[in-house]
Amino acid sequence: MMIEVSNLTKRYAGNTAVADLSFTVARGEVVGLLGPNGAGKSTTMRILACFTPATSGHARVAGLDVYADADAVRRRIGYMPENNPLHPDMRVREYLKFRARLKGLGHSRTRERVDAVIAQCGLAEVSKRIIGQLSKGYRQRVGLADALVHDPELIILDEPTIGLDPNQIRSVRQLIKQLGRRHTVLISSHILPEVEMTCNRVLIMREGRILAADSPENLQKTMGKNGQIITEIAAPLEELKTCWAQMPEIAHYNIAAAEGEYHRCALTAVGGQDLRPLIFALVRERGWKLRELSRVRHSLEDIYIRLTRPESEEEKF
Amino acid sequence: MQVYRTLTRRELGTFFYSWIGYIVVAGATFLMGLCFYTLLDRLQGEAIPMPITEFFFNFYFWLILLFSAPVITMRLFALEKYSGTFETLMTAPVGDVAVVLAKFTAALVFFMIMWLPLLGCVFILRYFTRGSNLVEAGTLCSAFFGIFLLGSLYMAIGCFASALTRNQIVAAMISFAIGAAFFLLSFLADQFALQRTWVTRSLDCICVWRQMQEFARGVVDTRYIVFYVTSTVFFLFLTCRVVESRRWK
Repeated sequence: MMIEVSNLTKRYAGNTAVADLSFTVARGEVVGLLGPNGAGKSTTMRILACFTPATSGHARVAGLDVYADADAVRRRIGYMPENNPLHPDMRVREYLKFRARLKGLGHSRTRERVDAVIAQCGLAEVSKRIIGQLSKGYRQRVGLADALVHDPELIILDEPTIGLDPNQIRSVRQLIKQLGRRHTVLISSHILPEVEMTCNRVLIMREGRILAADSPENLQKTMGKNGQIITEIAAPLEELKTCWAQMPEIAHYNIAAAEGEYHRCALTAVGGQDLRPLIFALVRERGWKLRELSRVRHSLEDIYIRLTRPESEEEKF
Repeated sequence: MQVYRTLTRRELGTFFYSWIGYIVVAGATFLMGLCFYTLLDRLQGEAIPMPITEFFFNFYFWLILLFSAPVITMRLFALEKYSGTFETLMTAPVGDVAVVLAKFTAALVFFMIMWLPLLGCVFILRYFTRGSNLVEAGTLCSAFFGIFLLGSLYMAIGCFASALTRNQIVAAMISFAIGAAFFLLSFLADQFALQRTWVTRSLDCICVWRQMQEFARGVVDTRYIVFYVTSTVFFLFLTCRVVESRRWK
């Protein structure tokens, strides 16, 4: 096990940031921590990176306690904090060298590793530039290079793609995917496609607790049961309304006007059954025109929104 | 040791990357030059009854020390905390003590560099007075030793103040307040110098103003050395505790 967290709790002056959190991450896994702002992702990562201690509970990295063996743990971790703080007055290569020396690498090893991460993160053409003058995408890569420079076993990245444009996000995502082959990676994000594409396991957090933990595919399978049906039918509005209201299989429905004489209906089935054959039969029987009939697969986004929605909003749906 | 060396070099480098370093050196050099000018003016007139190093340490030295120390040190921890690099620093395998010592050393080295123009003044003086013993080498050494000791104390105070907050201005204010308090306490000690109670005697030991005058006169008293070393260590210890406090449960 690379990370073992058991009953971790962190309280700040009356506020509970992380509440009784337990999870494990195996070696070689790429795990995503997902949750809205203030869910406790950053706090969990800070505890794992030995920056702040937990109020109670234990966290172990590679079998070492993050509080008692902080020094040994820090040697095994590459951590990139939120917002990726860097020294804006240093040059890229100089900064990476400084960080490598700080992490205890020898002279020749420093040179070797700095060259390696500059190549790996695509920093070759900016290696002599001053960090403060780099674009955000490059700065993010410098942060990543810093996390990688001592070739750590575990890489913790807090919101690695925040504030990047889509192309930059793609390149950072690719980099993380590559890392997954050699290292264990824990990333946090509130951007779903990122996690969906890069991670083999997702932990969804809210208010300091884990609500769901599984692979993105499994989550979709289990949560996708009560899927929605979208259909576009040309029929009188009133007739449609009474029809849907009378069908016992439909839990609730929504009708919106589409172009022409069509109406776009979103139907939610009771018990998650597939309504499509039923609707098709109905349309044929009444002689309406049908131009779309599809089942919405739950994206990770729906699952996430459903799980992380504050309780007070839940009734509206 | 590697961490200490790497960090010291980096910290020292920042003084020269940023404007602050040059502004502090320029300000100090200006005040030294001003003092040098008044001094030359005085020397043309009647004889003055004290070593000229002592004359300098009466007023200008304190002006420079009290204002430069907070400006030099305010950045050390406060800026790192503000910009978040403190987090990257402390999540690297570095010891708290090494970090504090490295920052302190860098500040102290810069502080000593700031005083180099003073040597220039002395050499000009010696050159134009045709090598008379206006300024003896021994006196000069003890004066610089005094600067070094006082500098360590004030840099340690500055480190402590900077570690307390993430705002550089607040750090500078705290460090100026503590530094000025030491300075003003000296006058209090001077006022009661004739009464020999334990209060006045202990005040006497922290009378930084008089101590600096003694150093300037060429007197190196071990009591003063002990005072400066212990108080510097005390403030560095406090700084270590503050840095460590983020790991208190």
